[in-house]
Amino acid sequence: MGFLDRLFSRQEPPSGRVAKDRLRLVLTQDRAGISPALLETLKDEIITVISRHLDVDVQCVQVSVTQSGRESSLVADIPLRHRQGVREG
Amino acid sequence: MAGRVVTITSGKGGVGKTTLTANLGAALAMRGQRVVVIDADVGLRNLDVMLGLENRIVYDLVDVIEGRCRLRQGLVRHKQLPELYLLPAAQTRDKSAVQPEDMVRICDELRGDHDVVLIDSPAGIEQGFRYAMEPADEIIIVTNPEVSAARDADRVIGLIEAEEKGPARLVINRLEPSMVSKGHMLGVADVVELLAIDLIGVVPEDSNALIAANRGQPLALSNNRSRAGHAFHNIAGRLLGEEVDFQPLRQPRVFERLLRFVSPERS
Ligand SMILES: Nc1ncnc2c1ncn2[C@@H]1O[C@H](COP(=O)(O)OP(=O)(O)OP(=O)(O)O)[C@@H](O)[C@H]1O
Ligand SMILES: [Mg+2]
Repeated sequence: MGFLDRLFSRQEPPSGRVAKDRLRLVLTQDRAGISPALLETLKDEIITVISRHLDVDVQCVQVSVTQSGRESSLVADIPLRHRQGVREG
Repeated sequence: MAGRVVTITSGKGGVGKTTLTANLGAALAMRGQRVVVIDADVGLRNLDVMLGLENRIVYDLVDVIEGRCRLRQGLVRHKQLPELYLLPAAQTRDKSAVQPEDMVRICDELRGDHDVVLIDSPAGIEQGFRYAMEPADEIIIVTNPEVSAARDADRVIGLIEAEEKGPARLVINRLEPSMVSKGHMLGVADVVELLAIDLIGVVPEDSNALIAANRGQPLALSNNRSRAGHAFHNIAGRLLGEEVDFQPLRQPRVFERLLRFVSPERS
C-alpha cells in the first residue's frame, strides 16, 4: 500500500472484531443447523409462496437467523409493494 | 455432605483442560478440601506428569474398573498436598475400556470420603467425553479466545443442554490482555456474549505454565504466585461459592511492575 492509499483508505477492522463477527456467524449456523445455502433456498421459497397472494418487493426481502442468548429465531423481513392508486386499510 | 463431581471439558483439544484440572485440584486442596482428580484421558495419560506424580503410579483407572485393585489402591497421594489424590489414566488401553456407568460407580464411591472430584475429560465429543460427563454434578468448559476453540465449546454447551446436564460454566484460558486492548484478540465480554454461558474464570497467557509443567509443579502451588496461578485460585474460590471479583486483566504498567519488583508479595 502506498502512502496516499494508507492515508485515505479506510483501515481494515481489527482482527479481534473480525473474529467476533466470524464466530457469531458460525455459531448461528451450527446451533440451528442452517447453512447460508439453506437460507437462500428458504428465502426463494418464501418469496414464491408470499408472491402468490401479495406483491412482494423481491429485491428487499431478507431472511436471517437471529440469536437471543442461546435461542435462535428465523426472521424474515418481507417488504410489500403497495398497489398503485389503492389505499391500504 | 457428599462430595461434588466437576467435569472439565472443552471440545477442542489442547486448550488447557489438564492444566486447569491440576491447578484447580491443588488450589482446592490448599483450601482444605479433600480432592481427587481423575485423568479420564485413557491412552493419553497427562495429569500425572502435570502433578509430578508419574513415578508413583502403581494402578490406574482401568485396573480399578476391571477389578485388579480396589479404588483406594488406585489413588496416588500428592507429595506436598496430603488431601490431593490422583486416579491416573491407563496408558496402554483405549477409551473403549471405560463405560459411563464405570465412572458413575467410581465417583459415587469417592463422594463419600472426598469433597470434590475433578474429572479431566479427553478432547472431542465421543466416548471419552461421554463417560467423563456422565457422573458430573457440575461442568467447567475450557476455551481459548479464538474462533475455533469457542466454536467447539459451543458444540459442547449444546450437547450438555440437550442432555440437561450442568450447570456448566466457562473458563477462558490463555487470554492476552495486550492483544485484546490492541483489538487483536476476542475479549472476555465477546466470548461470554456469544457463548451465552456463565463465566467462572479467566486465565491469562503465562509462560510460567510451561515452566510449571516442566517441573511437574502446578502454578497454584507456588509461593510467589504468577498471574495464571492467581487466576486458578480465584476459580477455586468461585467453585466453593466465594464472591471473587473479576479484576480487569491488563498488562501491568511499568510503574506497577517496578512496585512488584520492590515488594514482590504484592503481585
Ligand atoms: N494459561 C496458559 N498460558 C500458557 N500456556 C498454557 C496455559 N494453559 C495451558 N498452556 C499450555 O498449553 C498446552 C496444552 O495444555 P493442556 O495439556 O492443559 O491442554 P488440554 O486441553 O488438556 O489438551 P488435550 O486436549 O490434549 O488433553 C500445554 O503445553 C500447557 O502448558
Ligand atoms: Mg489433557
